Amino acid sequence: MGLETIFGSGFITSQLNKIINWGRKNSFFPLPFVTACCGMEFMATWGSHYDVARFGAELPRFSPRQSDLLMVVGTINHKIAPVLKRVYDQMCEPKWVIAFGACASSGGFYRNYATVQGIDRIIPVDVYIAGCPPRPEAVLEGLMLLQKKVEGEDVLNRGAPIMVNGQAYSEDRLVHVEPPVDHRADQVVASHEGPGVHPWQGFEETERR
Amino acid sequence: MLVEWVAWLMRTVAEFVLPFTASWTWIPWYTIALLHVAAILLVVISILTMFLVWLERKVSAHMQDRLGPMRVGGWHGWAQSIADGLKLLLKEDIIPAMADKPVFKIAPLLIFGATFMSFVVLPFSQNIIVSNLNIGVLFIYGISTVVVIGIIMAGWSSNNKWSLLGAMRSAAQLVSYEIPVGLSLLAGVVMAGSLSTVEISLAQSGGFWNWFIWRCFPFGFIAAVALYVGALAETNRTPFDLAEAESELVSGYHTEYSGFRWALFFLAEYANMFVASALVVILFLGGFSGIIPIAFVPDVIAGPFWFLSKTLFLVFVMMWIRWTLPRLRVDQLMGMCWKYLIPIALVNLGAIGLWTSMSG
Repeated sequence: MGLETIFGSGFITSQLNKIINWGRKNSFFPLPFVTACCGMEFMATWGSHYDVARFGAELPRFSPRQSDLLMVVGTINHKIAPVLKRVYDQMCEPKWVIAFGACASSGGFYRNYATVQGIDRIIPVDVYIAGCPPRPEAVLEGLMLLQKKVEGEDVLNRGAPIMVNGQAYSEDRLVHVEPPVDHRADQVVASHEGPGVHPWQGFEETERR
Repeated sequence: MLVEWVAWLMRTVAEFVLPFTASWTWIPWYTIALLHVAAILLVVISILTMFLVWLERKVSAHMQDRLGPMRVGGWHGWAQSIADGLKLLLKEDIIPAMADKPVFKIAPLLIFGATFMSFVVLPFSQNIIVSNLNIGVLFIYGISTVVVIGIIMAGWSSNNKWSLLGAMRSAAQLVSYEIPVGLSLLAGVVMAGSLSTVEISLAQSGGFWNWFIWRCFPFGFIAAVALYVGALAETNRTPFDLAEAESELVSGYHTEYSGFRWALFFLAEYANMFVASALVVILFLGGFSGIIPIAFVPDVIAGPFWFLSKTLFLVFVMMWIRWTLPRLRVDQLMGMCWKYLIPIALVNLGAIGLWTSMSG
């Protein structure tokens, strides 16, 4: 029956995916949510030397309704966190999030009561860019990684549950997710507080074998 | 004119195929022809605006020593606008819960429709024009005023303070700048003695020394510059883009619009730039007549070539200005219009009227 019998099942949908994802990956309109020093590298990436416009992503839209890519650039503390959540909720599907730099990805060196330890405690993140702040090359690498991710998406099934740490987090992407507890960091803290074995000692032995 | 021609063609074919047609058959055929011409016009405008969006991105990039879109489609990112359009078509369409829904939906259509309708009287050559209205200039002037209503509708129905502020600013700006634009348009109309766009263009044919920009020197030149400055403000371009000043209002009257509704605003803005530039070209830069008349090139080729090249050059100048000048303040904007542009245009119009009546 028609094209599907000639080219195999899923031909039309896979071609549709290809075309739509081509459009989406090549025209990210970013919403810069700039809160800290990473903004300097953000500007450098948007400037003439590195020129993010080559990827079609140079048009910043400051209205969340018109943007596709939320770039969280800098430290997010608990006071700005609800604002970030709200901006994310106001964006229209399809939307993607880049955690730009160490602070947005994990809280960075602000391991204190005031700072959100990574924006993935509030909103889902697609790409983490490491660095404090990341070099423009790293930002471009992150953007290209996101393009690859978008390429592989199933357009008709974007609403499917997204798997995080082996768990599907509910039918709603906006539900708060308890982040994985970072035991290693706690062990390091514990090892500084008193005498005891180095937390990585065991791992070293298994590595040698 | 184009409509009538297509209707004639289709009617002739129909009369050949169906020998028993009566005299009333022109009504359905005329309607079908009208729809065909509208479809052609829509395709032309879409391609044109997509090209202009791509051009804007490349021009802005090269002005800032960047490259601009390079990856999409191969050669210098030529497919960038296609990717943008595809993405915007499939973007989620949000209507805010507290918005005035019917008004919210009509506003972008109204703005795009008004812009679309001004293309009806743009003469690409003496014969390539959809309808040669004898009040062409007045028609463009009137229909482009409808855009203001669309902007206010968009700002009001969004139920958002940034939208409303942007819409109010935009309305004040557009209504103010209508006056110098109208006075400068009248200068061209007085020199040609006609309101028809084709006749105004024909009055300037035979080389660049016949253009109205040189006539009644320097008054024609002043009128052309005043019209161009007014057109910049009418299209909400920098340095007059207060309606969507990102540093003050998030993005003006279309803050709450997403997806294809927003794309319609975007397309209308670029189509408006083309229409405004075309108006300057028709009235003061000779329209479809060439810089130097070349006798053996047929009008069908030479007309669109000269008209498009002159208009696109003026559109490029608009982009040039946008990426060079900073934005004005609201009071500076209004002061410029009411204190300088309107008196200059008014005195200028009087001078041209005197000159024309004395010499003619």
